[in-house]
Amino acid sequence: MSELAWIDAALSGARPQVMGALTRYFRDLDLAEEAFQEACIRALATWPRNGPPRDPAAWLIFVGRNVAIDQVRRRAKQTALPEEDQISDLGDAEAEIADRLDGAHYRDDLLRLLFICCHPDLPATQQIALALRIVSGLSVRQIARAFLVGESAMEQRITRAKAKVAAAAVPFEAPGAVERAERLAAVAAMLYLVFNEGYSAPAVGAEARGALAEEGIRLARLLLRLFPAEPEIMGLLALMLLQHARRPARFDAAGEVVLLEEQDRGLWNRAMIAEGLALVDKAMRHRRPGPYQIQAAIAALHARAPTAAATDWTEIDLLYGTLERIQPSPVVTLNRAVAVAKRKGAEAALAMIEPLGERLAGYFYFFGLKGALLSELGRAGEAREAFGRAIALANSPAEAAHIRMQLDRLMADRVAGPG
Amino acid sequence: MLYAILCYHSEDAVGCWTKEEDDAVMARIAAVIEKPAREGRLGPVARLLPTTAATTLRSDGRDAPLVLDGPFAETKEQLLGFYLVDCETLDEAIALAKEISAANPGGAHEVRPVGYFMESEGRR
Repeated sequence: MSELAWIDAALSGARPQVMGALTRYFRDLDLAEEAFQEACIRALATWPRNGPPRDPAAWLIFVGRNVAIDQVRRRAKQTALPEEDQISDLGDAEAEIADRLDGAHYRDDLLRLLFICCHPDLPATQQIALALRIVSGLSVRQIARAFLVGESAMEQRITRAKAKVAAAAVPFEAPGAVERAERLAAVAAMLYLVFNEGYSAPAVGAEARGALAEEGIRLARLLLRLFPAEPEIMGLLALMLLQHARRPARFDAAGEVVLLEEQDRGLWNRAMIAEGLALVDKAMRHRRPGPYQIQAAIAALHARAPTAAATDWTEIDLLYGTLERIQPSPVVTLNRAVAVAKRKGAEAALAMIEPLGERLAGYFYFFGLKGALLSELGRAGEAREAFGRAIALANSPAEAAHIRMQLDRLMADRVAGPG
Repeated sequence: MLYAILCYHSEDAVGCWTKEEDDAVMARIAAVIEKPAREGRLGPVARLLPTTAATTLRSDGRDAPLVLDGPFAETKEQLLGFYLVDCETLDEAIALAKEISAANPGGAHEVRPVGYFMESEGRR
């Protein structure tokens, strides 16, 4: 790694906390961003010469704050410009002072910054775009590529989103316990959106989007470092890691979807699984279950099974049952039906999902599962109809291709089968 | 004398390495430690999972220890891995740590003599 790459990693790593602190000082996202940019330019100029500071985040906050104050003054034309060297030749001693001032605020700063991005008036895609721009520091071009839109369109979207959150005026005082918990929950949901945007991306032609899964993991890990005793944040990070560990096995060479059952488990990322399992274990000790922990526990059961046949479907069925109680949703019931199909057969699973037909009328996976269950029961005509609906609702060519494959298999069985 | 070379680094910065950068660092470290390993002077070597996976037991010496989430110390740089190496002198250990540091820039490498070491016996 070149020196520049190392400095770049240090700057990216410090960005969320520095932006959080600068946003608290200036109460203005644009000014905070400007200050951060300026501090980075000075870091690039002085770090190679003076060596990196002991605490890059504190250095950047200190310098960024001075630079921005200076800019505000310059705009107001009240005072003369200070000497450039006064700022750029900062020693670590001064950064230590800044650090002592700010250390206590770090976690609420970052939480606030993330919370600003998940304003409820913003549609999910805008929340994600804003977080990627403000917190992660991805360029507009990178974000535009991830969402397959033009750069100027994305620029406009982010500008509009910023205006909206500025008008919303999130309070800057340290939040109380209840408010902090609410912010954490909203931020967790937003980070899972970021992750899923990447996780659900197809294998081919969407590398820019795929990287968002890793960004979601990075931000969740950062959040957990600041809130180390929050079992739901442990669950969130574990869920992301356990799902992302399967990514190398989720698509075949042609970019087609490979179902969990058929994946080559040797391709799963063992380090990610180890970290995910460790987090699930830690979270369980708190005995405060929540939706992310339960989903992570389900993912952990898949990760622990050496083969698809060895999967503990009874435990998975129970866990989905718990999830249904604390967070009822037809999608959860649909997922539970998969476990029920394994335990009790297709008939029982079909009976479970049939009442969901109305609410999931536009849901690809509903018709995919329904078709699979019907074909297992030998009801080929109805299965074909369900598969047809699924293809019409597919979110990607890979999904549609996967259903077509099942449809082909169904037809072949009918020709070759006992009739 | 057996020395521990403890690798401290900012998790935030290491977390921003691309996979290619991470692989490159690991490959360079592997090249550096190849020689002492071949000479039977190295090991065990460990890269630790992020501190978010850590649990800390804190004891006041009287009651049962408190089990806490997270690493032992809230620091800017975290203990991310270690090497154990058998060296004749401190200078020799520092020389190896310098090579490792060049292979894995940023952060700090602490060279610490080992007082007691139990060989692993049949750990699977």
